[in-house]
Parts: sequence; structure tokens; C-alpha cells
Amino acid sequence: MSNLTLKALTKSIWVFHAACSPCNNCDIEILDALTPKYDLERFGIILTGSIRHADCMLVTGVPNYKTAVRIKNLYEQMPKPGVVIAVGSCACGGIMFRKSYNFVKPLDEIIPVDMYVPGCPPKPEAIIMGVVKLVEAVRSKIK
Amino acid sequence: MISFLIFPGLLFSVICGMIASFIDRKITARIQWRKGPPLLQPLYDIIKLFGKEIIIPKSTSPFAFLILPFLSVIAVALVGSLNGVIVKNSIPSFSGDLIVAIYLMMVPGVCMILAGGISSNPLSMLGASREIKLFISYEIGFILSMIVVIIKTGGSIRLLDILDWQVNNLPLIYTLSGFLSFIVSFFVVSAKLGIVPFDIAEAEQEIIAGTLIEYSGAALGMFKLSRMMMMFVYPMFLVRLFWYSSTGSIFVDSIIFVLKYIVVLLLLIVLRNTNPRLRVDQVVRFFWKYIILIAVVAIYLAGKGV
Repeated sequence: MSNLTLKALTKSIWVFHAACSPCNNCDIEILDALTPKYDLERFGIILTGSIRHADCMLVTGVPNYKTAVRIKNLYEQMPKPGVVIAVGSCACGGIMFRKSYNFVKPLDEIIPVDMYVPGCPPKPEAIIMGVVKLVEAVRSKIK
Repeated sequence: MISFLIFPGLLFSVICGMIASFIDRKITARIQWRKGPPLLQPLYDIIKLFGKEIIIPKSTSPFAFLILPFLSVIAVALVGSLNGVIVKNSIPSFSGDLIVAIYLMMVPGVCMILAGGISSNPLSMLGASREIKLFISYEIGFILSMIVVIIKTGGSIRLLDILDWQVNNLPLIYTLSGFLSFIVSFFVVSAKLGIVPFDIAEAEQEIIAGTLIEYSGAALGMFKLSRMMMMFVYPMFLVRLFWYSSTGSIFVDSIIFVLKYIVVLLLLIVLRNTNPRLRVDQVVRFFWKYIILIAVVAIYLAGKGV
């Protein structure tokens, strides 16, 4: 992968919102982060509807028997290079659903996760901070 | 060849299209009380898309799937180089180039329909069928408004003759029939660009990305690029057909020309930001009931010589 593409990627991140059986709190916070108040288009971040257009998957919720297969399919359909961000404590490790009868595995054992944003739910500021840290990590890798 | 590849054609319309796309996004952001993207944002988007992986659906023809975005870009670039008639000696004007331009401006729409049709995805099929309905709605009005131009300028289908007529007499927009047909083609261009009141084919909230849903990587980038170029080329075409005037000096002329283009672009952006998306049936009704009526009245007035 050429450095130019990666550099352009850090300035234009098209986000796909993959709901993996969440309780919807994290999803509302993600939508909050995309509102004009925080204005993520300043950094080229746009919400897309199709996984084929996406550079970044925001995964919320706990993978269970129904969604674990689908989240893996979705990851395989994303054109590479792409990143995965786990938003919320559920996606980061399952928290209180860990002992549940329909809990399969933590998300990062199903697909590679590049950034964890814990919180129940995380604030929009926390999500933006996660994205910024990921962008900085990619940029330092280029140099 | 140079006039196609570099100056009024491909490269020039890509650069100007990116600037137009930036203006569009920035003004949209300011209207929504945001700060908006940086100047190079369209360039970043395109470079990123060109570096990404292309995924081709299993049950489609890879050749057709990949050739359509290129056709779309080439058609828009050709219209762009036909726009260069105003620049002296860059491209010769031939008899019937107005008709050629009208046909070339249909090509991106046809490409979108085919792209939706062969993507083998239910939502893209839906997008393709909506694009066909949009196409049927606006194309008649556009041709009728072009007929007004032809009648007013003494039956000429040569772009240079139309420009000469406007220089010798007055810009078409200052006559009543010319103004009416300018309104018609303004709405048609808005529909051809697929921006908000008429973006039923790409309705993000209803059918995700419509016709483009299966496209990724460079193929998607080509489609986005042709959209950006259309943002520059089509309003430019309108300004040239309806609002062309000349003072003799090329420098002053081009400044006035760019200002007129920016006025048309701003009108398009304001229309985009102050209107909700129309339903499919509302689009068809809008074009067939009102726009075609206006166009027919304009032809009648042009026949009377008003």
C-alpha cells in the first residue's frame, strides 16, 4: 500500500456504522458525534450507508450467535485498507454480557480491531478522540 | 487531442470540478452552521478512492462493471472540451455540435442506470429504476428548451453560431422565451447533477447509495469524479447557451463568464439546501406538469419572436 493512499485515507475517512446487537445508546452517541455541533466533516469524516464505500467500521454492541457471522461478513466486504473501531464497553469486551448464554466471543477475536473506545456509552468527544488517536498512529507509521 | 486532454477538456474540468465540489460542500456546511471541509478535501477523497481495493460482485460482468465509470468520465470531459469553443482556436465548432453535446450529456445518466442494473443488488436495481424515471422526466424538458435556443438563434445547431448571435444581439436570458427556457434547463441540470431535490436515485436515507451501492475503490472514484466534473461542466454549458456576452477583451470576458457561472452554481446550491428530497411520483409530476408546460410556452413565445 502506497504512502500517498494512506495519507489521503487519514484525511478522508468514510465511516460505516455496524450495529452488532447494541442497546442503541452507543449508536445515539455516534449520531451525536456526526451532528453539526461537532462537525466531523472538517476532518473529512462522512457517514456512508454502504460498506463498499467505507474506510472505517464503527462496531457497537456484543457479538451474539446471529450477529457474529454477519459482522465477519461485513468486515470481509469492506475494501482494504480499512480500520475497525470498537465503540462502547460491550464491543470492547462484552462486560456484563460475558457470561450470557448467547455470547460468542469478544469482538477482537472475530475481526481485527484497531481502536477501542470504552464507555457505557462513550461521549461523542471520546469517539472523536479515539478516531484522532488512530489517525495519529497511522500517520506515525507512514514516516 | 490537447484540447480534450488538458485545457478545456479532462484535466481542466477535473480541477475546476473539484473546486466547484469544494464550494458546494463549504457553502452547505456554512448554511448548516458548521465550519466545513478544507480546500483539498475532494482531492483527498479521490486519491484515497483510487488507492483502495476494488470489489467486483460475483454474479456480474467485470468488463461492463469497470468500463461504465470510465465512459461517464469521458462523456463529461467531451462536453467540457466542447465548452471550449469560446476559447478561440482551441476546438473547431462543427455543424450539429449542439446535438452532440445534448447526447453526451445523457451518457452519465445512462451509465448510472446500467451500473445500477448490473450490480446484482436489490437496492441498486431500485436505484436504477428510479434513475430511469428521473431520466424520462427531465429529458423532454431539456430538449424542448434546446429547441427554444435553436429557434431564437435562427435555426442554427452550431454552438459558435449561437454564441455569435448572442454577441451580435443580446444574451438569450434577457428575452422572455430565453428566460423561461433557462429556468427549465436550470431545473433539468439540477436533476442531471442528482443533487438534493432530485436525488431520488441516490437517496442515502432510503436506498443507501442507490445505483452506486456495489461500487468501491477506483470505480467509485471515477463515478464521484464524473459527478464533480458535471458540477463544473453543466452549469458552464447553461451559461454559455443562455447568458453569453462579449466585450472584446478575453481577460474581462473570462472574469464575467466565471462570475455568471458562480451565480448559477450558487443558485443550484441554495436550491439544494433549502428543499427536501421529492418523492418519485412528485418528481415526475413536477417535470411533466410544470416544467414541460413552461417549455412549451417558451417555444410558443420564441415562435412569436418574443
